[in-house]
Amino acid sequence: MVPISYFLVLAAILFVLGVAGFLFKRNIVTIFMSIELMLNAVNLTFVALSYHLRELNGQIFVFFVMVVAAAEAAVGLAIIITVFKHRESLNVDNVDLMKL
Amino acid sequence: MYAAFFFIFAGAAVGFAINLLIQRHPVYSALSLIGVMASLASLYLMLGAEFIAAVQVIVYAGAVMVLFIFVIMLLNAGEEERTQRSKLARQAGAPLLLILLSLVATVLYKQFPRDSMVQFGDFPGQTAPIGRLLFREFLLPFEVVSVLVLIAIVGAVVLARKEP
Repeated sequence: MVPISYFLVLAAILFVLGVAGFLFKRNIVTIFMSIELMLNAVNLTFVALSYHLRELNGQIFVFFVMVVAAAEAAVGLAIIITVFKHRESLNVDNVDLMKL
Repeated sequence: MYAAFFFIFAGAAVGFAINLLIQRHPVYSALSLIGVMASLASLYLMLGAEFIAAVQVIVYAGAVMVLFIFVIMLLNAGEEERTQRSKLARQAGAPLLLILLSLVATVLYKQFPRDSMVQFGDFPGQTAPIGRLLFREFLLPFEVVSVLVLIAIVGAVVLARKEP
């Protein structure tokens, strides 16, 4: 048996690792994967709290988060392909048109 | 027994997530992310969410990650080059992340009672009630989300096609 807070702390650790990847990685595809990692961490909190409250609504929310993540992955990867076509590079430091 | 399983899969998830950060080549990062998702699917099973565990493996580890690998290979993405542009991220990044982690973890740890234990079979995976909820109470969000997916498909096609 494990307290429910262990699951939530694990989700927090995974979320922070996702934030770290988002901040420190320079490859745009890896940054996108870090976003997926953060979404997964949030899904874990949803499922753990669904267990804690004995309610199924949390699992429905996870289902919707997954659908939104799939849609986001499709559009985001299309954007990455377009960026690569124009810049010939996947490094985010080279995509700085809007930087002052 | 349950605690052993929990620590095995939690350790695997954190280890794969750290490996995602360490690896320089995006294909290795993608494989680590698949590992994280598989470990999370096992944790969902331990929480009695069988439907979510199956969807996690099929949709996330299957469809979404295939899309990622496909794009990595299509663009022939090589090793990530290290640049030292952002001084702020280099110096303040790690401490700020630690602060964020301790804040979130402390709040979560304090908020939830220690005696609320998780064990096998306490909240059995109920796929049929999820289906009933999804098509009764959550029918409108379900339909809206299907329109969202349609928009995403059209948007992806428009973005990725050859310019005339």
